[in-house]
Amino acid sequence: MELIFEKSVSGRTGVRVPLSDVPKAASLPEAVRRQEPVRLPEVGELDLVRHYTNLSRRNFSVDTNFYPLGSCTMKYNTKVTENAGGLFASCHPMLALLPGGDSLVQGPLSIVYELERQLAEITGMEEVTTQPLAGAHGEMTGIMVIAAYHKARGDEKRKYVIVPDSSHGTNPASAAMAGYEIVTVPTAPYGDMDLDLFRQAMNDEVAAVMLTCPNTLGLFNPHIAEICAIAHQGGALTYYDGANLNAILGKVRPGDVGFDVIHVNLHKTFGTPHGGGGPGSGPIGVRGDLVRFLPTPRVVRRVDGSYAVEDHPEGIGRVSDFFGNFAIMARAYAYITMLGREGLIEVSEQAVLNANYIMARLKEEYELPFDQTCMHECVFSASRQVQNGVHAIDVAKYLIDRGFHPPTVYFPLNVKEAIMIEPTETESKQTMDAFIEVMLEAAQLAKEDPERLHEAPVTTPVGRLDETRAARMQQVCCE
Amino acid sequence: MGYCPNTPDDIRDMLAAIGAASVEELFAPIPAELRAKSFNLPPGMSELELLRLMREKAASCGADITPFIGGGIYDHFIPAAVDHLASRAEFYTAYTPYQPECAQGTLQALYEYQTTICRLTGMEASNASLYDGGTAVAEAALMSLRITDRHKVILDGSVNPLHRGIVTGYLHGLSAQAVHVAPDGCASDLARLMSSIDDETAAVIVQSPNFFGSVQDFRELAQKAHDHEALLIVSCYPIAMGLVASPGEMGADIAVGEGQSLGNHLSFGGPYFGFIATRKRFIRNLPGRIVGETIDHQGRRGFVLTLQAREQHIKRHKATSNICSNQSLCALRGLIFCASLGRKGFEELAQLNYDKAQYAKSVLAAVRGVDLLNSGATFNEFTLVLPKDAAEVVQRLLDKGMAAGVPLGQYYPGMERALVVTVTEKRTKDEIDRLAALLEEVLWS
Amino acid sequence: MAKFYTKEHEWVEMAGAQATVGISEHAAHELGDITYVELPKIGKSVKQFDALAAIESVKAASDIYAPVSGKVAEVNQALNDAPELVNQGAESQGWICKLDGVNEAELGALMDAAAYDVYLKGL
Repeated sequence: MELIFEKSVSGRTGVRVPLSDVPKAASLPEAVRRQEPVRLPEVGELDLVRHYTNLSRRNFSVDTNFYPLGSCTMKYNTKVTENAGGLFASCHPMLALLPGGDSLVQGPLSIVYELERQLAEITGMEEVTTQPLAGAHGEMTGIMVIAAYHKARGDEKRKYVIVPDSSHGTNPASAAMAGYEIVTVPTAPYGDMDLDLFRQAMNDEVAAVMLTCPNTLGLFNPHIAEICAIAHQGGALTYYDGANLNAILGKVRPGDVGFDVIHVNLHKTFGTPHGGGGPGSGPIGVRGDLVRFLPTPRVVRRVDGSYAVEDHPEGIGRVSDFFGNFAIMARAYAYITMLGREGLIEVSEQAVLNANYIMARLKEEYELPFDQTCMHECVFSASRQVQNGVHAIDVAKYLIDRGFHPPTVYFPLNVKEAIMIEPTETESKQTMDAFIEVMLEAAQLAKEDPERLHEAPVTTPVGRLDETRAARMQQVCCE
Repeated sequence: MGYCPNTPDDIRDMLAAIGAASVEELFAPIPAELRAKSFNLPPGMSELELLRLMREKAASCGADITPFIGGGIYDHFIPAAVDHLASRAEFYTAYTPYQPECAQGTLQALYEYQTTICRLTGMEASNASLYDGGTAVAEAALMSLRITDRHKVILDGSVNPLHRGIVTGYLHGLSAQAVHVAPDGCASDLARLMSSIDDETAAVIVQSPNFFGSVQDFRELAQKAHDHEALLIVSCYPIAMGLVASPGEMGADIAVGEGQSLGNHLSFGGPYFGFIATRKRFIRNLPGRIVGETIDHQGRRGFVLTLQAREQHIKRHKATSNICSNQSLCALRGLIFCASLGRKGFEELAQLNYDKAQYAKSVLAAVRGVDLLNSGATFNEFTLVLPKDAAEVVQRLLDKGMAAGVPLGQYYPGMERALVVTVTEKRTKDEIDRLAALLEEVLWS
Repeated sequence: MAKFYTKEHEWVEMAGAQATVGISEHAAHELGDITYVELPKIGKSVKQFDALAAIESVKAASDIYAPVSGKVAEVNQALNDAPELVNQGAESQGWICKLDGVNEAELGALMDAAAYDVYLKGL
């Protein structure tokens, strides 16, 4: 498809700019004036609407396709929460920071406050801040809080953060951005961080250990309380990566287990749309004695029930301009409020049931490296198919031809040829059965007609793309 | 409730296939002592009740206030096509385009977005967006440390104070030094900025237009930075790029900014997007996702995420940033906004902002006792000095339905009487005249 | 002149006190299509087994470690425009850099070609 710039016709105009009701001003001085107009496309409104409507049709999405992308929790995003999130479109955030301005924005401030209370109860933490703009941003904020905690105690020797080798790449990257060196602990044959090696890695220079549970294999780590205890004994704090929270709502609360800091991904567990890769939202929760280090400002409830914005002087400062990605937070607040206690428990129960169902139905044909009850996702390996020259990527591309978004492939790194399937709670048995049929068909084709899988996809606007060429050419905008 | 679709029959059949007696049995791997001690949330509600609750909250969000406030976030007109197109579920319910064959919609749109950002800023390579303006400035600062292998960043005091706070926090963790140079009135103190640059300096960070609304020529500053092999980072307001010299024209090495004003609703603080663009030679030092052009085996053009070896999922702690998302949907809105206006419309829109602000400047500075503080050119914001404490005046005007501006005392001690006023194309002449009249009233009656 | 290899799959070949350094054919094959080589700065001093340079393919990134201590005297500028040279000849035209002031005694900690072959077979 042509680029919008390639559809440009000199002199054509789109939307009409508002008319002026003031005199034209004298022009800007030459030294600060732009020399040429911005070379934006010149297209009519219909051209524009067709272009982006047609582009949208080149996407798979949750609303058009089953999207069992492991680790990403691609659940259905209810439309009523979309509507709810849009109600605050015209509310200027600076109003809240003006003297006396907080009285004008009580509605949105109440949402920030109540969402923080909801998330604190769900995760078992004392307090929450919604300021971080995504999960990785939450991780960095959380590690900055941990750094502030050690510093306030005069404990300046701690310079390491421990992560398991199976962790999300954001964990070590976030800790590094907060100034720490990384110690990586290998995975034991049982699929979790090796406890003995972890014990050996712990010392009084470790600031924190970061964990995901269920882990990136979709398995619940029964040793998490022990890991927390070992970390605390050594004076380190524990960080819970909430990426997989969808498995444990109402079942486990990281705060009860002994985690000190946690982030949650509102766009995974709490039903806000993924937007083609963002925006997300990554609130963090902390235990009681870390509350004073949370970012400034805080939204508080006064005794008269009204809400106010307060400076938080001992905190780590600001990590974003205002209160976080508010329109996303409002959707998550609406989601939690609509589902309520029983609804959230059902989310995790059905997510775990669906994942175990797919696991049970596919394990005859696909290698299951850890054959045990999984949580919200299951991880297969295409190792049997590899014997016929078919790789995980080939199965993935075949699924595209059959109208299914592929699962996550080649992650986690500790499973060769990984195929990571997360159906989520919002899919019906009938949809999953159709997916299972196609997965079984792919396994059959791997034995009988591997070429068919190598050629896939053939139904998409483009076939497999040359990524090496892209990386070498570095063509990232048109001339 | 109809949120989870499986019926009791479905559940029974699925449990049979699994070989489990109950759903609860699937949670057996969780030791009993780790089970939740509390889960005290209210029962759920229906759509109708939920919307009633949310509308009640939305009723109290300052809708009847006329905003002359900015501070980095601006109340601009959004063409209807932006909402309609960005509301297509194929865009908003998709995820990161890791499987490019079924994500060409998002990928091509991001490539078009990157092109738009390059053209707005006068740069050669843009990423696919960052979280927001403040974190974009911080990422640019970190990028300059990587490029130069130095540890000092000079931060101009006329850069948005919220952004400076974020930059300082990011640099603090890395033990890098931030040198703050106070502004000279409403302008960057170019002489002091230039004399602060030395061979240890990674970058100088300035903003155009700055927090006081002033527009300055940074060409000499760029030259001085380059003489010391340091970088110039310019944070810019994209709507101003229709009229004001771009970071590229000024000699910047990295351009960043808050993208909200390009077609994104105010939404009480987000989501918005940050943009970052640079010279081609620094492309590998960019943080975050980048979309690149390539071809398939039949030679058909297509788009993929590229240069991924910079990113956290491959390079882990050595990545250029920890960022693992972009603000795809917000960036898409920015792209559609720019394409709706087009080359001519974008320039007209900038001109309109400028004209209205110039009018407001003349009317407001004519109010008894009020002076204009900017000595040079401004775009759509300017700074007034009032005869009284600006915070008090703002509070009293809020009671009359006007958000008159951002009082500077809380950000710049000593500037308690200063007020930054923002005038976008949405403010009418009547509203401006009314603000002047109310200001006169509050000051003198 | 004999070539020596590290366990991290770098090679080094001596000419007088100058060493030419690169990655092994095996490493290049494992990485796949090379898209970028981050060359060291000329004049940089490195100790044996310190990070010297970095190399990227589409899906992977690795550090290249100095097989011996020395000071970077020359880098293979051709790799800036044609990183694929590493795939075409990792142990010939795809060399990474040359180091001066090398202490030959350090070669003792490395493997010769035959030992490296045995090492690869054991992986």
